[in-house]
Amino acid sequence: MVIEMHPPGAPAVKTGRLRAWFYKRFPIEEFISDQLTGYYAPKNFNFWYYFGVLSLVVLALQLFTGIFLTMFYKVGEATSFNSVEFIMREIDYGWLIRYLHSTGASAFFVVVYLHMFRALLYGSYKTPRELLWIIGMFVYLALMAEAFLGYVLPWGNMSYWAAQVIVNVFGTIPGIGPGLVEWIRGDYGIADATLNRFFALHVVAVPLGLLLLVMLHLIALRRTGSSNPDGIEIKDHLGPDGHPIDGIPFHPYYTVKDTVGIGVFLVMFAIVVFFVPTFGGYFLEPANFEPANPLSTPPEITPSWYLTPYYAILRGIPNQRLGALLLLLAIVAYFFLPWLDCSPVKSMRYKGWLSKTFLTLFVISFFGLMYAGLHPPDPVYVLVGRVCTALYFAYFVLMPWYTRMERVKPVPDRLRFHAHAV
Amino acid sequence: MADTGVIAEDDFVDESRRKLLLAATAATGAMGAAFAAAPFLASWMPSERAQALGAPAELDLAKLEPGQMTVTVWRKQPIYVVHRTPEMVASLGNHRALLKDPDSKDSEQPPYAANGMRSRTAAYLVLIGTCTHLGCLPKARFEPRDPEIGPYWPGGWLCPCHGSRFDLAGRVFEGSPASVNLRVPPYAFAGPHKLVIGVDAA
Repeated sequence: MVIEMHPPGAPAVKTGRLRAWFYKRFPIEEFISDQLTGYYAPKNFNFWYYFGVLSLVVLALQLFTGIFLTMFYKVGEATSFNSVEFIMREIDYGWLIRYLHSTGASAFFVVVYLHMFRALLYGSYKTPRELLWIIGMFVYLALMAEAFLGYVLPWGNMSYWAAQVIVNVFGTIPGIGPGLVEWIRGDYGIADATLNRFFALHVVAVPLGLLLLVMLHLIALRRTGSSNPDGIEIKDHLGPDGHPIDGIPFHPYYTVKDTVGIGVFLVMFAIVVFFVPTFGGYFLEPANFEPANPLSTPPEITPSWYLTPYYAILRGIPNQRLGALLLLLAIVAYFFLPWLDCSPVKSMRYKGWLSKTFLTLFVISFFGLMYAGLHPPDPVYVLVGRVCTALYFAYFVLMPWYTRMERVKPVPDRLRFHAHAV
Repeated sequence: MADTGVIAEDDFVDESRRKLLLAATAATGAMGAAFAAAPFLASWMPSERAQALGAPAELDLAKLEPGQMTVTVWRKQPIYVVHRTPEMVASLGNHRALLKDPDSKDSEQPPYAANGMRSRTAAYLVLIGTCTHLGCLPKARFEPRDPEIGPYWPGGWLCPCHGSRFDLAGRVFEGSPASVNLRVPPYAFAGPHKLVIGVDAA
């Protein structure tokens, strides 16, 4: 975290000997003031602004439950599958710990996708928040890697074949592909060596990277401040106290508001964990309740729901190298959003109908790709996948054109906000 | 301190010399980092044990009837061995127009399998049974004109994952996501029915 030793206007040291003892040795007061009580956020946050803090909640949940799972899980071709069954059947509340972790993985993507949609809706990626957005995209990449690696660990048949498919995507790289695949696997097929290194990456390397990136994301946010549904910089209007007129201290105002949001989220999360932990085969797939078998493909290989949009792009293209390239571009495109969007306004509230139409089509194409990716490669689903791939890329490729072309509405000088209004 | 002239001379900083030294130190450090990284990168290569387990595999084909396929494992890869009937072999020339790479120019096979049958002998076809698209196992559909595939179907394999189709020489049909034909492993015959997978000469 950013800790300035002597920020201007450092709070006076409170009385109390213990507190004074700590304050002399650790800048706790400055930390609280920088991060919470002295951090001003726009006063007009709406529903979409819950998902940042919810991502943090899920991250904490995944780290906590993950640590407990490693206490019982035994990595290895011969032991992985059985140790997961052991956790489910013989450890007290093992089923709960595992379902919290597996549901947490899906919940992570739900809140992160909604968090990202918020950025698309209100232009949160635009100046001066480009770097904030890019760091966020790296968080998303690390999250996808983490989810994929974790998916392999139960060593069910779907784990095995998902690993096979994803690792082979690297084989399409010209020249170094086949050698790279052998290096990633550490064997001539997906094997014990592969499982072991995926475990190390899943429980140590990627989580450390993820924590670092989340920290950088928050540091960048403290520099730029949050955007808001109006897309107006609150720092442009400072009050006599030097704080934004349209801002309110993060603590207590948003900590209290977020606590309510976290409560609602946890209720819904618990309903899934206790009543529909497999979510009809979308959170935990039936084919993964069989041990890995290199000589038998599951009837359909589909990745978890949160990666299926990219999977649909990959397999919709009748050329594997081009498919892999488009898959890569589909993710890389997000990084360039701050420069593709040439609109003079940030928020969708003031953008024209073209932007609104393209964003709507983009959301539809994302769900369409998800739908196509979850189904076998019949001609109908391949067609749906291809049409949606075109729409998906149209959102990015045509953005410089339609954001310049359209008429935008005048942006007000100050935030539009009416307490208790909808 | 009185002699200001000397101090001024001492204060002189040779910027270009400093830059050169800085660059040289950085380059040496980077090289050291690269050398230090090498063992860690090398540790990910297949281990001695994995390499030993990847040694050639023998298979007796005496009991494999014409029209049958058997699957064995070599280097964790399923190996499909088909005993083709003369009709199967004869059908291979009839659908060249439907194939992406009928002459196996872009595909991976040993030189002795770079022919119309993609094999050393007409009867025995040996393939690596992982789809060249993304590594799933294509399922055998040897019945010609399979109603689920289409009237053109000469018999071959259909990949259950993404629908790639291959003929009885492992050649990929147009419209499949896979771009190249199924790979042929190195193999040789130690006797009329004794197949050795993993070597070019028995």
